[in-house]
Amino acid sequence: MWEQIRANRIRSAFIVVFMGLLLLAVGFALGLYFFGSAEAGIAIALLVWFIMNLVALSQGDNILLALGKAHKIEKQDYPRLYNIVEEMTIASGLPKMPDVYIIDDPALNAFATGRKPDKAAVAVTSGLLQRLNRDELQGVIAHELGHIRNRDTMLMAIGGIMLGAIVILSWYATRIMFFGGMSGNRRSSSSGGGSGQIIILIVGLVLLILAPIAARLLYFALSRKREYLADASSALYTRYPEGLASALEKISGSSQPLKSANNATAPMYIINPFRKKGLAASDLTSTHPPTSKRIQVLRSMSGASFNSYDQAFRQVAGRRGVVPQGALAAVAETPLRAGSTDTEAGAAAEAKRARDVGDVLWKKNQYRTVDCQCGARLRIPPGLGAESIRCPRCGTVHKL
Amino acid sequence: MGIWIWVVLGILIVVVVALISVYNGLVRKRNQVKNAWAQIDVQLKRRYDLIPNLVETVKGYAKHERETLEAVTQARNLAQQVANAGAGERAKVEGELSSALSRLLAVAEAYPDLKANQNFLALQEELTSTENKIGFARQFYNDSVLRYNNQTQVFPSNIVAGMFGFKAEEFFETTTAAEREAPKVSFS
Repeated sequence: MWEQIRANRIRSAFIVVFMGLLLLAVGFALGLYFFGSAEAGIAIALLVWFIMNLVALSQGDNILLALGKAHKIEKQDYPRLYNIVEEMTIASGLPKMPDVYIIDDPALNAFATGRKPDKAAVAVTSGLLQRLNRDELQGVIAHELGHIRNRDTMLMAIGGIMLGAIVILSWYATRIMFFGGMSGNRRSSSSGGGSGQIIILIVGLVLLILAPIAARLLYFALSRKREYLADASSALYTRYPEGLASALEKISGSSQPLKSANNATAPMYIINPFRKKGLAASDLTSTHPPTSKRIQVLRSMSGASFNSYDQAFRQVAGRRGVVPQGALAAVAETPLRAGSTDTEAGAAAEAKRARDVGDVLWKKNQYRTVDCQCGARLRIPPGLGAESIRCPRCGTVHKL
Repeated sequence: MGIWIWVVLGILIVVVVALISVYNGLVRKRNQVKNAWAQIDVQLKRRYDLIPNLVETVKGYAKHERETLEAVTQARNLAQQVANAGAGERAKVEGELSSALSRLLAVAEAYPDLKANQNFLALQEELTSTENKIGFARQFYNDSVLRYNNQTQVFPSNIVAGMFGFKAEEFFETTTAAEREAPKVSFS
């Protein structure tokens, strides 16, 4: 696992460095256009990047979680989910249990965030909690904790900030250029630039337009690679790859789009929230590898170790594996375990889970619950002026 | 002549640096084993605390299951007595407790009233999760022990391990029917 993290870092450092260079190049082009000096542009680019870092650092995960309308839960709110996260924290050997959030959304998805393993959070949608049984939920949570353990969340945060800086800079630069006239250009032509100068300016313009696209592709490449590793980690922690495989099957079978996702947060989810149903394309612009392939790899594992995952991957994809060499030798062969005996399948179990999750969300929205003796359950909105309420079914009056 | 002194000095520095890094690696791995063991301990204690509650709840509904209930209570008391023993001995006793508990939970399936009891349902979730946590803590502990033991045995770190008294640690292995993993793990 430790070797894994190291190999991961080296590989990803390359992509991040490349994004950094792209940021500097954008600053360079910017400086040439507007100030006639490359240094000033680079300084501005770095300043924008620095400020975005500060904002991200002070806000932490709150931005992401606020975007997703997430509610933080404690153990007594929903013991099943809390317990599963605790179990997987133990299995993965994380130093501290991540915070647990529920997103009020019928779509099936989950994500992890956090710059450091000891300051991380996992969030799952209420739809996911309704549909998945314990083994499947365990697989999904293990996948997310795998992201935290392998430092993927940290890396995506760094990459995301760089991407944001590049997009903002080039967006403003091109807008100003097209609508505000090229003040910098005038100045440089008055100082007598030759044809060489013009070529540099054209290259700069192309760069400003292409950089955000290139940065996005890099960011997505970064994200795709991590998905397989997180799947492998999930299998290792749970010793039961079938759980995650069947969860992925359920998730990909539902076409419910996630309301709260956007382009920047898409790579953080367990499955691409913008996927189109029945599309197995693994093109440059996708944030996740095709789900059918992920399921196939998980199902053909013979053990739970990284070695088994690598072997299964090679069998399915027919090319070199996804797990870094260093991680392979270090882990002993580990057998799989059987699924848990209590089968929580069927419509009744699902209805019960739906009720439980609903209770949590009502409570988190500060609604009060009154159980009438006729079996009806009344939800009382916060700030209701009345002192008593009448049950619409049997007419009993309840004092509040 | 002067060159040789520098060469010897250089080699000496390299050796010392290697020694330090191997030593630190061993200490880190041993600490992790200790942490992992503490985690198992926490979960086992949690289980001791949950059992009396569970026994009381089940008693109210399933009066005819005295034997099963007594077996659980006995296994729990026995496990608590050897709570300070080594990993190997403890694992055996805890394994028996696990199987006694799973028998009790299987018996409970036959009592619909019991299964509708909110208190029982909450306890069942707690117990299921605690069993899982014990399993995962054991899994992590055994992985950590394996990594640590490997380091104390392979050349050249075994020399450092011998010099400073790093001893191999014991695995936590249960061999009862309640084994969560279908095939038996064998590290030896």
